[in-house]
Amino acid sequence: MTTKVLVLGALSDIAEATCRLYAKDGASLVLVARSKPKLEAVAADLRVRGATNVHVHAGDLAKLDVEKSLDAWIVELGGIDVVLLAYGLLGEQRDLEQDLKEAAALIDTNFRSAALWSLAVANRLEAAKHGTLVVIGSVAGDRGRQSNYLYGATKAGLGVLVQGIAHRLAPSGARAVLVKPGFVDTAMTAHIQKKGALWSSPEKMAALICKAARGRSPVVYAPGYWWAIMSVIKSVPSAVFHRTKL
Amino acid sequence: MRFHSNSEVRSWGRVGKRVHQLSRPRFADDLRSWNSKSDLPRLAVGNRRSYSDVCLCDGGQLVDMTGLNRFRSFNPETGVLTAEAGVTIDAVLKTFVPKGFFVPVTPGTRFVTLGGATANDVHGKNHHRVGTFGRHVRGIVLERSDEGSIRISPRRRSDLFNATVGGLGLTGIISEVEIKLQRIPSSQLDVETLPCPNFDELCERLSAGDEKSEHNVAWIDCTASGGSLGRGLITRGNWISDGPLEAHGDGGKTMPTDRFGALLNPLTLKLFNSAYYAKGLMNAGRGVTHYDRFLYPLDSIREWNRLYGRNGFYQYQCVIPDSAGREPIRALLKEISASGEGSFLAVLKRFGDLRSPGMLSFPMPGLTLALDFRNRGAATLGLLARLDSIVASCGGRLYAAKDQRLSREMFISGYPGLERFAAHVDPACQSEFWKKVCS
Repeated sequence: MTTKVLVLGALSDIAEATCRLYAKDGASLVLVARSKPKLEAVAADLRVRGATNVHVHAGDLAKLDVEKSLDAWIVELGGIDVVLLAYGLLGEQRDLEQDLKEAAALIDTNFRSAALWSLAVANRLEAAKHGTLVVIGSVAGDRGRQSNYLYGATKAGLGVLVQGIAHRLAPSGARAVLVKPGFVDTAMTAHIQKKGALWSSPEKMAALICKAARGRSPVVYAPGYWWAIMSVIKSVPSAVFHRTKL
Repeated sequence: MRFHSNSEVRSWGRVGKRVHQLSRPRFADDLRSWNSKSDLPRLAVGNRRSYSDVCLCDGGQLVDMTGLNRFRSFNPETGVLTAEAGVTIDAVLKTFVPKGFFVPVTPGTRFVTLGGATANDVHGKNHHRVGTFGRHVRGIVLERSDEGSIRISPRRRSDLFNATVGGLGLTGIISEVEIKLQRIPSSQLDVETLPCPNFDELCERLSAGDEKSEHNVAWIDCTASGGSLGRGLITRGNWISDGPLEAHGDGGKTMPTDRFGALLNPLTLKLFNSAYYAKGLMNAGRGVTHYDRFLYPLDSIREWNRLYGRNGFYQYQCVIPDSAGREPIRALLKEISASGEGSFLAVLKRFGDLRSPGMLSFPMPGLTLALDFRNRGAATLGLLARLDSIVASCGGRLYAAKDQRLSREMFISGYPGLERFAAHVDPACQSEFWKKVCS
């Protein structure tokens, strides 16, 4: 049977790599992001790779009518199996501290908009008693650190929301899962030159996302060893932690 | 499109260090809007499997094309594939081998991009049958600093097309390639291994094999001397007609360090080459092999280029024209064997007479020899200079994609199409190689 996938923020490295895995297995996809020509390029590629159907919709996810758009896309797909929410801004912590407008924009995109889409998706999955909402969070949401705590806070907030949705959906047969990547080599992190053993490729992330979408766990660290790393980071006493520059 | 300073970019030979401004656009749209605004010196590079300075642009802007890795269209009736230039042969095979298609020409690694394969007009073990990669390219989209985005083909602006095939990325940024794939009946080949105890026998059997084999190449023991000089193993392969259509996997190990360089010396090289020949003697005969083992043996070791140590290595590949016969190759082998240097994998192949459209294309009818040399400074450069004089004296040429120390004189003497080519260079394109040749 054809898997029906909706991707919100389909132009990110991780989202596109995930779409390719679904396309290879003959999925039908609806892709949403800002740029029409870029979406068309991604869609053409997915068709060659084996996707049954690919529809694209260009728009600003923070401005679209959530309920109306979502219903239209589900009709277009003929149902829904997986919704991947994959957009977000990283921002530069120092700049965000000085420019509250920028800070507000980041909070709007990463939390407000993402939360509303998640809530709307949850309503539809619960009614259908079927389907999985996959939301990309971040290990940065596990502990506030001076270097990127605003980004971390938006991902932490979104994480708690998805956790709550997973709890709510549990009796229904539908699911929600939060995937928390560690370091991923994407356009978002292109400025960092030294990339060591802890860095993963978007393709690796995509495989873990597909696995999380099929699995049962409501929270997935990607790769799994980030659970251990973050457990240590969370347990360092503030007296020690505050002397670090993490 | 944002550029970031990067000091880790090296060519595959790993000789020297440079600082580049690096950007990896993910969409042709971003590339085009940057190109319309910028005329800074730039060079587009693919997966950087070139051994030499053709993929370096010290201090300039390096556009890493691997982010443009989408297929655009495929016609299963004709086998014509259109794709962004950063798509690798690896990716093409993963998607199209199960459908019964293969790239018509492949170098010894599948980790090259279609743009890179076009810009270097690469060849494979089947050159005698199908010629170079460029012969199968149907169209190219080029991003020129002076003209913007243009579509060229063997019929449309054919001069610029012929300059771009094998044009080392200097005629503009290749953003899209259209290529006709080859149909394959299975993903397996019937491979025959023929040990040859000396150079003459190796050459004769290599020529004889061109007629009946699609893939035909010889490994040479570059440490053998005297009566065994030029002994080696010929491998010939043909696709078998009934078998599965299975793409290769992702397996393989990674070379963990570049600290083993010291272990490579004349003694270990001699031991390895003798053992490899002995193994060939034992395994002589025929067998069925997956294409991955036959065409891409080195791809199973990621970053194998670290093997040659911290100072990197030079690859040397020359072609000796048919008119000069096989004696110049014998002279090269004598020099190499006397030096005690050389590599694990020295390769000899005969190029056929199918002409490439490329003005700077490397292959010409004749014998081509390729091998690596660990970078030991002046001693290595001295040996390579002696090899150069043998190649130059018989009208041969060197392969720019392989040879970082290729001199301006050697290049000019080997490539009569150079002047015609230079007229098509994009005014903003630059590479370390081109600076050297133009200066």
